[in-house]
Amino acid sequence: MTTQSGTTEVSGEPSRGEAREGIDEIHILWISEGMSCDGDTVSLTAADQPSIEDVVLGLIPGLPKVNLVNKVLSPSLGGEDFLAPYRAAARGELGPFILVIEGSIPNQNIIDGDGYWTSFGNDPETGEPQTLNHWIDELAPRAWAVVAAGTCATYGGIHAMAGNPTGCMGLADYLGWEFTSQAGLPVVNVPGCPIQPENFMETLIWVLQHAAGTAPPPPLDHMLRPQWLFGKTVHEGCDRGSYYEQADFGLDYNSPKCLVKTGCWGPVVNCNVPKRGWMAGIGGCPNVGGICIGCTMPGFPDAFMPFMDEPPGGTLSSMVIKPYGAVIRRLRGLTNDMVNHEPKWRHNKRKLTSGFDPRWRS
Amino acid sequence: MTTTDARSTGRKPAQIVDMSWDPITRIIGNLGIYTKIDFANREVVECHSTSSLFRGYSVFMKGKDPRDAGFITSRICGICGDNHTTCSNYAQQMAYGVKPPKLAEHITNLGEAAEYMFDHTIFQDNLVFVDFCEAMVKATNPGVLARAERTDAPRGDIHGYRTIADIMKAFNPFEGEVYKEALKVSRVTREMFCLMEGRHVHPSTLYPGGVGTMPQPNTFTDYLSRLMRVIDFVKKAVAMNDDVFDFFYEALPGYEEVGKRRILLGCWGAWQNPDVVDYRYENMNRWGKAMYVTPGIVVDGKLVTNNLIDINLGLRVMLGSSFYEDWVNEDPFVTHDPLGNPVDMRHPWNQTTVPVPQKRDFDGNYSWVMSPRWYHPESGQHLALDTGGGPLARLWSTALSGLVDTPYVKATGNSVRISLPKGESLPETTLEWHIPKWSNTIERDRARPYFVAYAAAMALQFLEEAMGMLRDGDTKVFENFEVPDDAIGCGFHEAVRGVLSHHLVIRDKKIANYHPYPPTPWNASPRDIYGTPGPYEDAVQGQPIFEENGPDDFKGVDIMRTVRSFDPCLPCGVHMYMGKGKTLSTVHSPTYGANHG
Repeated sequence: MTTQSGTTEVSGEPSRGEAREGIDEIHILWISEGMSCDGDTVSLTAADQPSIEDVVLGLIPGLPKVNLVNKVLSPSLGGEDFLAPYRAAARGELGPFILVIEGSIPNQNIIDGDGYWTSFGNDPETGEPQTLNHWIDELAPRAWAVVAAGTCATYGGIHAMAGNPTGCMGLADYLGWEFTSQAGLPVVNVPGCPIQPENFMETLIWVLQHAAGTAPPPPLDHMLRPQWLFGKTVHEGCDRGSYYEQADFGLDYNSPKCLVKTGCWGPVVNCNVPKRGWMAGIGGCPNVGGICIGCTMPGFPDAFMPFMDEPPGGTLSSMVIKPYGAVIRRLRGLTNDMVNHEPKWRHNKRKLTSGFDPRWRS
Repeated sequence: MTTTDARSTGRKPAQIVDMSWDPITRIIGNLGIYTKIDFANREVVECHSTSSLFRGYSVFMKGKDPRDAGFITSRICGICGDNHTTCSNYAQQMAYGVKPPKLAEHITNLGEAAEYMFDHTIFQDNLVFVDFCEAMVKATNPGVLARAERTDAPRGDIHGYRTIADIMKAFNPFEGEVYKEALKVSRVTREMFCLMEGRHVHPSTLYPGGVGTMPQPNTFTDYLSRLMRVIDFVKKAVAMNDDVFDFFYEALPGYEEVGKRRILLGCWGAWQNPDVVDYRYENMNRWGKAMYVTPGIVVDGKLVTNNLIDINLGLRVMLGSSFYEDWVNEDPFVTHDPLGNPVDMRHPWNQTTVPVPQKRDFDGNYSWVMSPRWYHPESGQHLALDTGGGPLARLWSTALSGLVDTPYVKATGNSVRISLPKGESLPETTLEWHIPKWSNTIERDRARPYFVAYAAAMALQFLEEAMGMLRDGDTKVFENFEVPDDAIGCGFHEAVRGVLSHHLVIRDKKIANYHPYPPTPWNASPRDIYGTPGPYEDAVQGQPIFEENGPDDFKGVDIMRTVRSFDPCLPCGVHMYMGKGKTLSTVHSPTYGANHG
């Protein structure tokens, strides 16, 4: 569990999956009809390491054949044609499948009467909209694995902030944190607003390799996040972290230095984006000049608002580090000045002064 | 859309079938389209569009710190969130009385240019064009495909494909050459975006007052080298699209009627001119006209206004078919604008959002989208403007105003000329987009690749200016400000798929009211209180059907092409549904669908 500053220790023993028959073909049923912006689906298309088309076209060794069903990318015309695999899965006639949920899960129980917050297709019998909650209830218990894509689906996210009218929550809040899928896996949470593309693809591939029987289950922490991705803080991978150590803080956004005083929550946020960049190593919030607003965290957004003010803990920690940082920075300045001089024997005069001893030639 | 004379004579007894598509695929968000189709006369006689999603941004933003608005509103949309952040910052800058340094504007403009390039590319080539690809046309119009195989592509010397069918094959999903290349181009352009805005799609470096992006030489050279890597793809895309769309007009005479509606286009302008903009409401007309995409309202092909103040004052949010309570009896937040003009109770500044979840009823309330309209003082009408999917309105408005005159992009009064430099395999190229005869499905789609070229060309100018400032040592990117106790602000911008405005009221340093108006509520709105249908409904209603399949294996590709041509993006706005066709009745008086103009 937690050691210091949000870093989680990965358990020494890798978990071992039971030896079993691997799955050779699997469906991914993706539903973005939570309260979502579809930003996680869009983000997924940004991944190139590997890309979604590589997975769908079978270019990654050791995976089952993957049939992806996703509204944004679906070649179908929509409607019942598109919904057919979801309907089959709900009848128990399609399997095995991985259920991916995108978006916050609204609370239907607070509505009196016939309304709905978000729906996905219609009831074939009545023609009434079928709520997202209906689909989760039908599909989650039958799913080989359940994955929550993005902070809305993992913990509730933006739409679950204080004052929200829909009572929404994350998928594990809805299914129960003890939920296990057909494969015995808990909900696999990949937070991020939106998901960092490669983080999501890597997690998905681990789950798919587990399905193929070529990998153990992915190691998750107590918030059901992949440990190897969310086990360190933003600060621990940040390009600007060393300015902090030297107590050298930017006081507004014109500065290339540490952003803690202008609202960055990096020191306490579990996320690897500065280390990894946003895509193909490019971008990554504080590296480029964006404050970390904690978008991967269960407490997002309320715990981090107002975003542009210094986090309360930042005042104390930056004060404590000031005397140390100031001294260290000056000492380094002196040494830096010293190593910025060439030694005096580099010259074009008649005499060699490098200390070379020519005795061996005699 | 009006039916043509040719089709209103010699009608057969109607055979009306209920057809719906819900959810619509290859768009962003929840959209359902419900139609009645007359298979005897091969036309759509009625259409409702509905959105089945409510999240309540206007509700939960009340009482929050206004500086958070840009970060929060980005989350409205997962493909153009940065457009919201940018627009929110415009509105906040007006409210706080702060003008960002010029370099910050260039960086924001570069980020937005990359967004337009990415978003239009992935939407056009990976989502829209599936409806025009070989596999789809084979399933819906085998006769058209056979003809495409025999038709040489006129612009083959540019894009390298011999026949029209070869182009269509290249767009087959997940397998076609162009489909796959477009995904890669959409990544390179997103890398460009990340260089400016830190991450995609919810940017982390945009602040009210400027940006946090560090202006270093490599910031701009990394962007430029990527831009030059995709510049030839942009030229080829325009050529391929033109070839396929020209072919459609030729192969299916009358196809111009598909998705045609009265020309009612709105554009709110994009890319501020850093030398002119000061974000003061009083000067909004002046700096609005200096934007590098000119704002404007185009009615029946004529420019009604390009003054952002008029545009702002004419906004009306109507109800009539939406799941909300009216707010007319609430206290107004803003009775007069800063110039003393009265502000209507139905203006977004005065709106209060009260959601009332209820049963969907197509004769009553059937959508979570409201009905934004623009009040046209001359005619007294509340116009259901559309955005033409974004590019059509932007190009049309810019062309008519004739104000944009830059090294790479020039508006001529009836066209827009775009010059792109030499690339890896293609020479320096000047493209010209001409104002088309119709506001229809094909022209909405055709405009999109031209606007990618427009964005690429503008990016070159922003890069040159930003590099010039950097070399002069002018590297300030953020201007500090105080949040006032009480203020109002509005921001006008073009989201990728069209008009976007944010309306903000601050009281006691907190958000008292915040209403974003993205493009999709405009395009996907349901019937308003006057019974005026929204643009999707209006464009689909009365359109002819060219698909060769009958009711039993009907795919609805012509309808889907129309809906997708608007670039639906429902998180900020809607919802079509398709069951198996259920025959309703046979009607002998063909009164449906006529005169919806």
